[in-house]
Amino acid sequence: MFKLKFILPLALFFALVILLAVGLRLNPREVPSPLVGRPAPAFTLPSLLKPEQSITPDIFQGRVSLFNVWASWCVACRQEHPYLMQLAREGVTLYGLDYKDTREAGLGWLDKLGNPYRQVLFDESGKAGIDWGVYGVPETFVIDKQGIIRYKHIGPITPKDWEEKIGPLVRYLEKQP
Amino acid sequence: MKGRYFVLLLFFVLSVPFVHAGIEVREFPDARLEQRYHRLIGELRCLVCQNQSLADSNADLAEDLRDEVYAMLMAGKPDREIVAFLVARYGDFVLYRPPVKKTTLLLWLGPFAALLVAGWVLWRIGKARTPEPAAPLNEEEQQKVRKLLQQQNREEPGS
Repeated sequence: MFKLKFILPLALFFALVILLAVGLRLNPREVPSPLVGRPAPAFTLPSLLKPEQSITPDIFQGRVSLFNVWASWCVACRQEHPYLMQLAREGVTLYGLDYKDTREAGLGWLDKLGNPYRQVLFDESGKAGIDWGVYGVPETFVIDKQGIIRYKHIGPITPKDWEEKIGPLVRYLEKQP
Repeated sequence: MKGRYFVLLLFFVLSVPFVHAGIEVREFPDARLEQRYHRLIGELRCLVCQNQSLADSNADLAEDLRDEVYAMLMAGKPDREIVAFLVARYGDFVLYRPPVKKTTLLLWLGPFAALLVAGWVLWRIGKARTPEPAAPLNEEEQQKVRKLLQQQNREEPGS
């Protein structure tokens, strides 16, 4: 009894330390998306490069793709961009959504830094962004061959994210019918 | 001295408009709609600055979402539908009062569980500190006490 009296508070203290330590390591910016497991939200958006062309979620049919939300005003996107260029060279299908941007700034960005995207959608008002649950660019969705969202990544994709999570998922989805 | 106060006063008066810089002026056909609008944006959480509601936040996204809420209200949608619109896109996280379900059970019941544990601990401590009441003296012991007291009185007559 005498021993328990001293050990119990100590044990409670360490349990609290562990709880708080785990809490500190979680990233509060990573809010799980309710869109995972659902078809891509409907949209009809103009292409950034060809304003007269309108793009719908049909682009996702038949191939596994990454849907990357970016903007020319977004600092973290600049950090991510060279890695997207590398992924595109490796044969990964990327679609871009230029979010709450101006056409000139968006086009200037692609001219200067290169265009890793198969198609770039232009969402000037940010309404399509709301439908996709976007709250902090860059955000990247993994979309399967049926156009279903399989994963959402918040923040810039790092080589570590690709190797540990996104890459294996893309390879797995590519093997599916 | 008076001039300095005047400058200070001017500073406060001029800074008032900036306090509400993020909140747009909205027109409502009736006061009830306005009330609903303020209640809704006060209960929905901004995802960019996560400890602020849509009403408090100056973030660009919060402004867009306030526009959406306003547009839906003006279109005659019920509150339930407006909240569902945001939950479908951003998840339960947008609600300051998330629904009770498996994943939020700890959130809802945790404080009560902590209160119960704290109450139990306090009760235990209180019990440990209360001394056991002394057993009444038997006849022999009482005589002993009397004797001792008499002895003491004899030894210290003056006190």
